[in-house]
Amino acid sequence: MARNVSTQAKVGFTIGAWVIALLLFSPILWTILTAFKTEGEAIANPPTFLPQHFTLENFGAVQDRSDYIKHVTNSILVSVGSTLLGLIIGIPAAWSMAFAPTKRTKDILMWMLSTKMMPAVGVLIPIYLIFRDLRLLDTVHGLTIIMTLINLPIIIWMLYTYFKEIPVDILEAARMDGAELWNEIVHVLVPMAVPGIASTLLLNVILAWNESFWTITLTSGRAGTLTAFISSFSSPQGLFLAKLSAASLLAIAPILLLGWFSQKQLVRGLTFGAVK
Amino acid sequence: MKLTPFIVGALTIALASSASAETLTIATVNNGDMVRMQALSPAFTKATGIDLNWVVLEENTLRQNVTTDIATNGGQYDVMTIGTYEAPIWAKQDWLVPLDGLSADAAYDVNDILPAIRGGLSVDGKLYAAPFYGESSMVMYRKDLMEKAGLTMPDAPTWEFIGKAARAMTDRANDINGICLRGKAGWGENMAFLTAMSNSFGARWFDESWKPQFDQPEWKATLDTYLGLMTDAGPAGASSNGFNENLTLFQQGKCGMWIDATVAASFVIGKDSTVADKVGFALAPDNGLGKRGNWLWAWSLAIPKSSQHAEAAEKFINWATNKDYLATVASSEGWANVPPGTRTSLYANADYQAAAPFAKMTLDSINAADPTHPTVKPVPYVGVQFVAIPEFAGIATNVGQLFSAALAGQMSADDALKQAQDSTTRDMTRAGYIK
Repeated sequence: MARNVSTQAKVGFTIGAWVIALLLFSPILWTILTAFKTEGEAIANPPTFLPQHFTLENFGAVQDRSDYIKHVTNSILVSVGSTLLGLIIGIPAAWSMAFAPTKRTKDILMWMLSTKMMPAVGVLIPIYLIFRDLRLLDTVHGLTIIMTLINLPIIIWMLYTYFKEIPVDILEAARMDGAELWNEIVHVLVPMAVPGIASTLLLNVILAWNESFWTITLTSGRAGTLTAFISSFSSPQGLFLAKLSAASLLAIAPILLLGWFSQKQLVRGLTFGAVK
Repeated sequence: MKLTPFIVGALTIALASSASAETLTIATVNNGDMVRMQALSPAFTKATGIDLNWVVLEENTLRQNVTTDIATNGGQYDVMTIGTYEAPIWAKQDWLVPLDGLSADAAYDVNDILPAIRGGLSVDGKLYAAPFYGESSMVMYRKDLMEKAGLTMPDAPTWEFIGKAARAMTDRANDINGICLRGKAGWGENMAFLTAMSNSFGARWFDESWKPQFDQPEWKATLDTYLGLMTDAGPAGASSNGFNENLTLFQQGKCGMWIDATVAASFVIGKDSTVADKVGFALAPDNGLGKRGNWLWAWSLAIPKSSQHAEAAEKFINWATNKDYLATVASSEGWANVPPGTRTSLYANADYQAAAPFAKMTLDSINAADPTHPTVKPVPYVGVQFVAIPEFAGIATNVGQLFSAALAGQMSADDALKQAQDSTTRDMTRAGYIK
């Protein structure tokens, strides 16, 4: 039965939610506004909220110095490619752990998660040497591989959690009807876990899109993603705040739009099974 | 119509063209002079047929990337932008290609490079990196506020005068701070300034047997003077101020004086500055001991041993650091925007002197720095605002955090110096310098 909520409480919650949302969004809003200011206005103190001299010259300057389209393309290839590759490996792995566990399954899951706790710089030199010897430095497929490996524990963990919510009886019924393993996964399990798979996919695209340590370290121009694109406009000696904001806005715009249009799917996936 | 012959033909042409075109990958920092070089570089490609692939990164990210690449012989880069800190260390590690071609090229005129800068980029007389722009540090001050305080800035001030002027110029009610100095922790941030300052107080990082010297009175005098100045006349929250933060404060008229890189001169008199017509320049202060508190740095271009295109890379370095490049920048951007601090001939150029009022002070500041004898007492190291050993970046960042904490009031000067002495002694012992 639905809980009765008074109008006052509704208004209070709504205002509270808006205040929190605006607070969280304020750095992005500030970046957006700064992107349309002149460099002088960007550093003015007291700061101006809205651009007093609205300008698009920062975007022109950013495009003149750097190839935005190339960086966007690389970001899309790496984030989507690594997520799909991760799902291809992650779905069977999560199926096995959820429906055919062994006594070591929990240990393996914890071990996979523990790899996320190690600082990336701790394995920088070995990874760099492997990439050098395999000629993967500054290649999109090299970045796709490392991004898959980085995010694989999260993919498997998320899928494992979703798969555990699916009654094993349904899979057994499919088996009784003669479904082979492949058909069981593709035609029975995956359709039932679509919300979970979709949210895993979206979250990992976002994680791969935002990753900066490896994408900057392992590239030198040709395979650079949008994080390398932003980094090229940051400087400790010289004021490029408006241009940096313009570059950041260009970099976050695609993923911001993706998040906006897929928020329903994301929320549904992340809360999947919570009402059982 | 059969497409196969066309596809094969197109592929052959594509392969042939990709095989003939040489591409250099250049790693550089994001600052005005480098951005200008990138914008002018199509002229180099047009003249030589060599394509350029630019990797522009923030300074600390660039340092991490190029160090990883060169230490692992990665070969990602053909030309690296490095500083006077890295050049001698990497040359001694045999990681860099000596620029013998440039030294032998009469048109390049290697003898025209300022001796202090050339010395900092050479090992055993061999040049390993060509300076793209050089900088020292100096005092930038507000002439109007100085006059209001009833004082006149000498060309070569002492720390005593700077202290007196800073306190006299401070006007808290109108948000004017007498002096703005770096406080943000980091070996290239507050420690660049404080190490240079300590030289003028006769302090040194290490004695001849590599024993740290933070327990000596010279370092105490340095830190006490710095903290006293910043407490009485510095801006609020100074412990998080670096170059950009102080530049912003100065441009907005909130600093009476600012002691920082000479390269800042063109910014404080530039179009974004509200005090552009009121700025004067003076040498970094001294303490009557024969050494001034100014540093020496040069962003320079070097070729890693792992490059497969060393010959083409040297051609590019020649183009970017020769006299003609300065003339090219002058013709398109004006003399004031020419990369400063590398060539003697630039400072003899009447057009440059007319366009850059800070030219003489920059040259005098660079010439006043001596990387091989940075301070009053003898030292076992090279470097003015750094010590050219691989361990320095880590050690100085630790010390910088302690001094920054002292500036923020989180610990006393004595505690900061004691902890600096202890941590540096420990690190130098571990690294094998102290037996």
